[in-house]
Amino acid sequence: MAEQDMNTPSDSKCMSIVLAGVGGQGTLVAGKLLGTIAMKTGLDVKVSEVHGMSQRGGSVITYVRMGCKVFSPIIDEGTADYCLCFESLEALRWASLLRKGGTMIISNEKIRPLPVLLGKEQYPEGIADTIKEAVGDRARIVEINAKDAAISVGSAKAVNIVMLGALSVNTNISESVWEESIRETFAGKPKMIPMNLEAFRIGRDLAR
Amino acid sequence: MRQILLGNEAVARGAYEAGVKVISSYPGTPSTEITEAAAQYERIHCEWATNEKVGAEVAIGASIRGARAMTCMKHVGLNVAADPLFTASYTGIGGGLVFVVADDPGMHSSQNEQDSRHYARAAKLPILEPSDSAECKSFVIKAFELSEKYDTPVLVRLQTRVAHSRSITELSDPSDILVKPYTKDMAKYVMMPAMAVKRHVLVEKRTEAIANDSSDPSTGVGLHEEIDGSSDLGIITSGAAYQYVREALPDASVLKLGLIWPLPEALIRSFSKKVKRLVVVEELDPFLENEILTMGIACEGKSLFSLNGEYSTAMLRAALAPDTVTTSAVSKDSLVTAPGRPPVMCAGCPHKGLFMALSRLKAQVMGDIGCYTLGALPPTSAMDACVCMGASIGMAHGFDKATDASDSKKTVAVIGDSTFLHSGITNLINAVYNGSSITVIILDNSITGMTGHQQNASTGMDIRLNPAPAVSLEALCESVGVRSVRVIDPVDTKEAQRVIKEELEKPFVSVIIARRPCALIPTGKGPRGKFAVVDKDKCTTCGQCIRIMCPALTAGPDKKPVIDPETCNSCGLCVNVCAFGALSIGEVK
Repeated sequence: MAEQDMNTPSDSKCMSIVLAGVGGQGTLVAGKLLGTIAMKTGLDVKVSEVHGMSQRGGSVITYVRMGCKVFSPIIDEGTADYCLCFESLEALRWASLLRKGGTMIISNEKIRPLPVLLGKEQYPEGIADTIKEAVGDRARIVEINAKDAAISVGSAKAVNIVMLGALSVNTNISESVWEESIRETFAGKPKMIPMNLEAFRIGRDLAR
Repeated sequence: MRQILLGNEAVARGAYEAGVKVISSYPGTPSTEITEAAAQYERIHCEWATNEKVGAEVAIGASIRGARAMTCMKHVGLNVAADPLFTASYTGIGGGLVFVVADDPGMHSSQNEQDSRHYARAAKLPILEPSDSAECKSFVIKAFELSEKYDTPVLVRLQTRVAHSRSITELSDPSDILVKPYTKDMAKYVMMPAMAVKRHVLVEKRTEAIANDSSDPSTGVGLHEEIDGSSDLGIITSGAAYQYVREALPDASVLKLGLIWPLPEALIRSFSKKVKRLVVVEELDPFLENEILTMGIACEGKSLFSLNGEYSTAMLRAALAPDTVTTSAVSKDSLVTAPGRPPVMCAGCPHKGLFMALSRLKAQVMGDIGCYTLGALPPTSAMDACVCMGASIGMAHGFDKATDASDSKKTVAVIGDSTFLHSGITNLINAVYNGSSITVIILDNSITGMTGHQQNASTGMDIRLNPAPAVSLEALCESVGVRSVRVIDPVDTKEAQRVIKEELEKPFVSVIIARRPCALIPTGKGPRGKFAVVDKDKCTTCGQCIRIMCPALTAGPDKKPVIDPETCNSCGLCVNVCAFGALSIGEVK
């Protein structure tokens, strides 16, 4: 990995995390959870979401920025420290957000969009490999199967927590802060806590 | 206590802390969550109004009675509420009165990109513009103070990036709800010419006073912030753009405006003298720039930046600090382009079957605002025009009247239940009264869907999900003189097609209510454990089921359908379109 790698935000710089996926994949909850983590770590944070029309099975992107003082809520090209891509095609769409020395975690799930379903366009094959090749040694690309992992703990909806597990091993934020934040996020639905903690643990294992 | 709040939640928190008693709004992205969040505070009377004009008028009434009141809407909603807005400027207020308007630069979920700041100038009202959640809260509290200090409604303008970003907000204890004693004051509140002439004079004096006070930091009126930096470059900005400025240009001098109308001329003039180059950074129209140029102060703005879309840190770097532009680990050019992913109708969406019927009939369709506007996209492409809330019925009537008698094609209006109640009713009355022969299809999915499932006057529940009287759409249509009102289940797409065809033949206005709850609300969910199942032996790979474009149904390598039981809502639309009996609702083993 490049030398400028940064696992924790410092005084001078924010940590920028992109969550890219398809409407309904749980990126909003993941973004909120990262916000909670930043608060617990004593950092300033901004989480920028997209609501409305784009949520209807469209491409959705959530930006999370944390640090001593965060100004812009959005993440520009070449400035994301981490790109969490919940779906392969969305990884391809947002790859250029990744900075040199950044890390991209791709879940290899394929959700075919309308133009592909209509037969007007092809779903590209081997997206993770394509990105790896184009990136070379300028960044790190990790491919995992988050959907199968989520189903293995009992619900495909836990994909977002598997992805956060994979992110967590790439940061210096302690495991206990992550777990505490998961408990808080699902405090209203206590039955879902053990399942999500398990999803988190599997995500960690997958990305190690 | 500190909490991470969505900009919209912080606006609601501000209203709560300011002792607001009444909030009446119509949902609209990106403003909806304000009123939803406010409804969590039990002491506030919160309601979904039938439209933005109604919401504004409810708030005006509450204010005249002496309570603090608020109404919230998206930018195009302010067009609907513009009539009461302009005259409430003349009456002034009793209790503090705030209009929150959320603009949508970049049109994430809107049909236009209008800049609502123009309303403040046109209606002669002060307008505040926060730049993050903490300011959303504090500016709303200030808006109520200014409203009462200057006897004026106050606008608070949000942008999508402020409304829909979460950031840390300090919470305080709420003030008590205080309702002022009411005294009748016709000279102030009855706006007929003799009274309004006198009120207009006061309005002009008020604007002048606010402008003067806004330039004087000791008054605490303007909420402006000056950041001392290099004298080489000075930036005047506000709202979301301020954040990009600070990120991209950490060394620049910045004048961040809080109250963006009327403008603090003396402050702007003194700031401009401190810097060699003055640049105005604002999304959408050159609102500040033109005003500053009118003051005779030289500045740049739209010669550097776009009139379209959202701004970004990268855009500012490219224009003003090109040596700080970053390069990506991988450029877009080095990768194949990803196919687009437009939004689609959900699995089990009741609108799908209806639009398939309209598509097969090749009907001329005037559309409206809601999830069903997606009927304009492939594969149905069943829409000819869509302009604004409630317009479908009026446009269909106009289309009908402009059609020669020799042209046998008839026109359909499609409109959702909430949109119909918002502003379709007056259009329906007009069409009946003026001898139209259109067919109006009310897509009654029992909820306001697109904005995230808000109740409305036809759903039987209020904003807090308490029981409420429900409008009968059938009785309403009949009462305005519609001679044919029929109810269909849109999932039965063949029957829907037959009924629409019959109604199109009729020489008068007919209404078809296509009724089935949204698949995302409890009453719209299919029975547990039931899914569409495929009999591969019967499937002839004709592709009819694939053409539905259901997110739960895709074509396998053998071109036969594959059902995703996680997504399937067992609505049965695919079963209904299969001519070979290869699909049925069953249980997945």
